[in-house]
Amino acid sequence: MKKTPLSLRVPEPLTRPGDAPDFSYVQIPPAGNDKKPAHNAPVSEFNDLSKGIIRVLDDAGHPQGEWQPTVSADTLITGLKAMVKTRAYDDRMMLIQRQGKTSFFMKSTGEEAISVAQAMVLKQGDMFFPTYRQAGLLITNEMIRGTGWSTFDMMCQVLSNSGDKLKGRQLPIMYSSKDAGFFSISGNLGTQYTQAVGWAMASAIKKDSKIASTFIGDGSTAESDFHAALTFASVYNPPVILNVTNNQWAISSFQGIANNPETTFAARGVGYGIPSLRVDGNDFLAVYAASEWAADRARNNFGPTIIEWVTYRSSGHSSSDDPSKYRPKDEEKAWPLGDPIDRLREHLIYLGEWSQEQHDALEKEMKEEIMALSKEAQKLGSLTDLPDLPMKCMFDDVYKDIPPHLQKQIQRIERGE
Amino acid sequence: MATMNMIQAINSAHHNAMETNEDIVVFGEDVGYFGGVFRCTEGLQNRFGKQRVFDSPISECGIIGTAVGMAAYGLRPVVEIQFADYCYPGYDQLVSEAARLRHRSAGDFTAPLTVRMPTGGGIFGGQTHSQSPEALLTHVCGLKTVIPSNPYDAKGLLLAAIEDDDPVVFLEPKRIYNGPFEGYHDRPLTPWSKHPDGEVPETHYTIPLGKAKISRAGKDVTILAYGNMVHVALEAVKVSGIDAEVIDLRTLLPLDIDTIVASVEKTGRCIIVHEATLTSGYGAELSAQVQENCFYSLETPIQRITGWDAPYPHSQEWDYFPGPARVARALVRAMEA
Ligand SMILES: Cc1ncc(C[n+]2csc(CCOP(=O)(O)OP(=O)(O)O)c2C)c(N)n1
Ligand SMILES: [Mg+2]
Repeated sequence: MKKTPLSLRVPEPLTRPGDAPDFSYVQIPPAGNDKKPAHNAPVSEFNDLSKGIIRVLDDAGHPQGEWQPTVSADTLITGLKAMVKTRAYDDRMMLIQRQGKTSFFMKSTGEEAISVAQAMVLKQGDMFFPTYRQAGLLITNEMIRGTGWSTFDMMCQVLSNSGDKLKGRQLPIMYSSKDAGFFSISGNLGTQYTQAVGWAMASAIKKDSKIASTFIGDGSTAESDFHAALTFASVYNPPVILNVTNNQWAISSFQGIANNPETTFAARGVGYGIPSLRVDGNDFLAVYAASEWAADRARNNFGPTIIEWVTYRSSGHSSSDDPSKYRPKDEEKAWPLGDPIDRLREHLIYLGEWSQEQHDALEKEMKEEIMALSKEAQKLGSLTDLPDLPMKCMFDDVYKDIPPHLQKQIQRIERGE
Repeated sequence: MATMNMIQAINSAHHNAMETNEDIVVFGEDVGYFGGVFRCTEGLQNRFGKQRVFDSPISECGIIGTAVGMAAYGLRPVVEIQFADYCYPGYDQLVSEAARLRHRSAGDFTAPLTVRMPTGGGIFGGQTHSQSPEALLTHVCGLKTVIPSNPYDAKGLLLAAIEDDDPVVFLEPKRIYNGPFEGYHDRPLTPWSKHPDGEVPETHYTIPLGKAKISRAGKDVTILAYGNMVHVALEAVKVSGIDAEVIDLRTLLPLDIDTIVASVEKTGRCIIVHEATLTSGYGAELSAQVQENCFYSLETPIQRITGWDAPYPHSQEWDYFPGPARVARALVRAMEA
């Protein structure tokens, strides 16, 4: 018998620098196509919902189908404001990084609808376990609840200045605000996923009514924590929303390095027996509706939901990244699901609740607000003008109380060793 | 000879190794098309093809675990962990598997893999882009741990690591990828092109594992250092004017204890410098071995100048970093005592 020589499949994206963008691999169904299942529907009802893309807004900005959320125009306008503010924040802080006033920054441009709409759906007391790409959670929380960190606090953290509530300890954008329901961000990918499941299990153990929601990127779903989280969630049925932000890229690796194109990230959840949705992440109404559905499901003790948000990382991975090295220039302009801000704006204009003039005014207002805030924040210092923290400050919070061996190290410093 | 920085030297080592040995495969996060976030594997995929050089999913457990399996098959994987801070999800595969395979199978299976990881701080990377986990590696019997201090050594040591039949962790001090950083963050970095160790042969050569190098001969104090701290130590010698001998360990395990003992017996004084935190750091092992071997030659207590026992703080990183002033003061104390 003739032997077939084996070969390794090494996936490659359709396009690379120099090529024209090609998103033909993203199958986009018409808006309004999908059924909205009952909160306790059996997992078999999610086979299609985890494979297609749930969409509410069609290309003309008209809402369609069962997933249309019941939401007032005012709520939508708040969402629009929070998205515009998040984008203005990102742009401004990236500029400040370019000026050398901080070491590092990451934007969420193109993905704002996901964090903004979900922050609006969850309640005070719930807990987000985010990644570094959900600044919109904090910005929205400040806007609608006024609790926890403000945008100003976020800026101070990015600048590591004397207003930094994390005392300069963390890399910029690794925010932490318990009062805002925003768990401390880790630099190690995926760890938050299991923690969110544990937090939700605790809420169940204590017969509480709070829910958790966590985020992970497409690339990071490869980490063991993702799979451990899904296993625990499928066994204990805790009240948690398991978001997967599929923004197509993980630094230079396209999403095909994290998942086989025959399936979707959401469909993995079905394999674990967890209801799973795959949703247009750039459609504010769809994000709102799916988040609300999952939150209600969790709050009614029906258990976890996985939501894959189909979106696109419009900016570079971080201030250290140059995406022109690995993907076509202007790929973001060809992204077939458009831009979340543009789409919600079009919808509101269609409803007769908004106008281009109002939108221009909003963008200008947010830009100015952010500019003014960032000027204030810089008065408290920056990386080029760091606050004079006593050296021993770095030993605070290593433990609750400073143990003797750290006291000794402080003494060594004080002796001028 | 060519002028290379450390990134280029590491890249060149990959080229030489892969040209002559078809069993070498290279993978890790962003290492394929992009050539790695620090560019160490640039051009390899183009040259050697996607079957041998590819991007991996973001799973350090997966990277090291599959490398163990490939090595068991007979390949020689050379894998990259994007930052040493991210080796922990792969730690079980490294400690319980790669390091133990030969012993538990009585030599039936082996794991000749090389795991490269950028280590150390000084780049304002905060606590998850700055750690120096070498002590967590040297504590593991069955693993070898290597850390070069310059481009010439990086290439020779990496080739030796790849050719070694045991699993080797190859730590790359990222602060000196582009130049010998002496510890002054507010001064411009001298590029490797201005340093003799930036002269690197384009052809294959190895530097044996387990051999230290005397970076500076001296008679009064022995400084044990490795990686970026070698340059800090050399600067401290300059600043203090004390005639210290600086030993660049190059391989932490197996340790070249003979070179150390010969030096400490000569100088009677020993300072250990590392960037990692103090308690149970690799300096503790060095200190114990110097004490065990050189007790009667020691004229003053061994000193450890290290990072403090705190997570690497973003804005206070230069308070944390054991810079040349601290090492120089230790030298002065060693002579006074
Ligand atoms: C455990 C671990 N491994 C590797 C990294 C380095 N790293 C940081 S972000 C990133 C890509 C993550 O991509 P994805 O999960 O898709 O999220 P996105 O950045 O697209 O939001 C990598 C590899 C890390 N931070 N932690
Ligand atoms: Mg991604």
